[in-house]
Amino acid sequence: MNMMEIKNFSFTYAKASKPSLKNINLPIKKNQITALIGPSGCGKSTLLRSLNRIHDLYPGNKYEGEILLYNPQTNEYENILELKKENEFINLRQRVGMIFQKPTPFPMSIFDNVAYGLRLNGIKNKSELETRVEEALKGAALWNEVKDRLKASAMGLSGGQQQRLCIARAVALKPEILLFDEPTSALDPISTGAIEQLVAELKKDVTIAIVTHNMQQASRLSDYTAFMYMGELIEYNKTEKIFLNPDEKLTEDYITGRFG
Amino acid sequence: MNRLIVNKIIIALSVFSALFGIGVLFWILGTLTIKGIVSINWHIFTHDLVEKGIRNLIIGQFIMGILASFIAIPVGVAAGIYLREYNTNKFGEILRNLSDVMMSAPSIVVGIFVYGLLVDPIGHYNGFAGAIALAIMMLPIVISTTDSMLSLVPKELREAGIALGGSKHKIILQIVLRAAKVGITTGILLAFARIIGETAPLLFTSANNQYLTFDLTHQFPSLTVSIYNLANYPDEASINLAWAASFILTIVVLIINLLGRYITRNKG
Repeated sequence: MNMMEIKNFSFTYAKASKPSLKNINLPIKKNQITALIGPSGCGKSTLLRSLNRIHDLYPGNKYEGEILLYNPQTNEYENILELKKENEFINLRQRVGMIFQKPTPFPMSIFDNVAYGLRLNGIKNKSELETRVEEALKGAALWNEVKDRLKASAMGLSGGQQQRLCIARAVALKPEILLFDEPTSALDPISTGAIEQLVAELKKDVTIAIVTHNMQQASRLSDYTAFMYMGELIEYNKTEKIFLNPDEKLTEDYITGRFG
Repeated sequence: MNRLIVNKIIIALSVFSALFGIGVLFWILGTLTIKGIVSINWHIFTHDLVEKGIRNLIIGQFIMGILASFIAIPVGVAAGIYLREYNTNKFGEILRNLSDVMMSAPSIVVGIFVYGLLVDPIGHYNGFAGAIALAIMMLPIVISTTDSMLSLVPKELREAGIALGGSKHKIILQIVLRAAKVGITTGILLAFARIIGETAPLLFTSANNQYLTFDLTHQFPSLTVSIYNLANYPDEASINLAWAASFILTIVVLIINLLGRYITRNKG
């Protein structure tokens, strides 16, 4: 089933004359990994950043169409483009977490980093916080490395550890969907391997959408792949199909490295 | 050949300029140290100006400086946050320019402005007016430091906070400010070092007081104003006291500056 359904979606940045995304139709399937690939500037990050409406941090952007998010409680889809109130956004972002290209640890302890979102969520009980933090750090395969220095500053971790900390921070909120925006492009190959393994394991519990420049990563990790070009969705299908036998000439040219 | 000669001339000129600049600086500091140290004795720290000491002056100057900081720091940091985080359009840009202009406003003008505002209507000099004048001097420095330190915090950090479900004001207060803490603290220290040595804003506001007092509603003791006054006296003792006071003031400013640098180097 689809956790998200993007329908006739267009997006225009503030002050831009032309839309950056044109008429996108794309499902995000539950407990699957959907990869968004395409050359720089094709709009894949813009699309990903629409899914938790992080664009709204900057005023003046224009959304058109629908992005439907499945709500397991009501068993219905709700259009996240209709959200207006601040608490609705907060709720959306707790359900749809995001990991960025560069690790973004907060200038506080490892524990407080993971507990940050939980505290925002109103969890104050100390033992509950401790349990949830431990759970999240284990979920992000970081617990063994940091369990003896939870009070130490997160800025002292390596890049790969910081990125796993950011994943733990997002996982702690038990989101339904996790969005990864080129999560390994600032990391070395070993850290990249660890993150990829983690992402593959996370799919048991969450639905994942990942933007990547790395075609091998997309083919290794994802179940479904969407190829985008110049703000349009060119082709969407099972990953094997996209990589072995794409329908579109453009897709084939891109994945075989003829351009991009 | 020609190029090499031009090169040598330029190098010689810049070396000479550098030596000249540094030489003047060391001349001032050297004179200050020599004349200052011989005039320093225990007596001046334990007596007030009326008995040829500077105890009340140091205390008075610090009280006004700290009171000014209590006004300028919260207002300045809040204004800096507004400029960087909330108002990114034309209006914010105008405010930012105005604040920068205020930074280079002549300090005597600030003194006269506060004279018209808080001294003339009341009828006599007072310590509050002095503190306000110093706060006005300090404000644009704090605003500009906060503004520029916040601009160094990567936007990804804000986005990461928002993506965890934080509201904008919480992210600013709990994450962004924390990330910029070291820079802002350093800026505040440097701003304090700047105002603690100001004379002109105090001349027509707090004026001076020979006695130790904590009553900010009347004339208030000031180290810098005293240096200005003492240096104009004919007697040797007063002039020596001015040297001692100048030396101590320079040391205080130097220590605050070094502290600022120390913090930056260790945590920045």
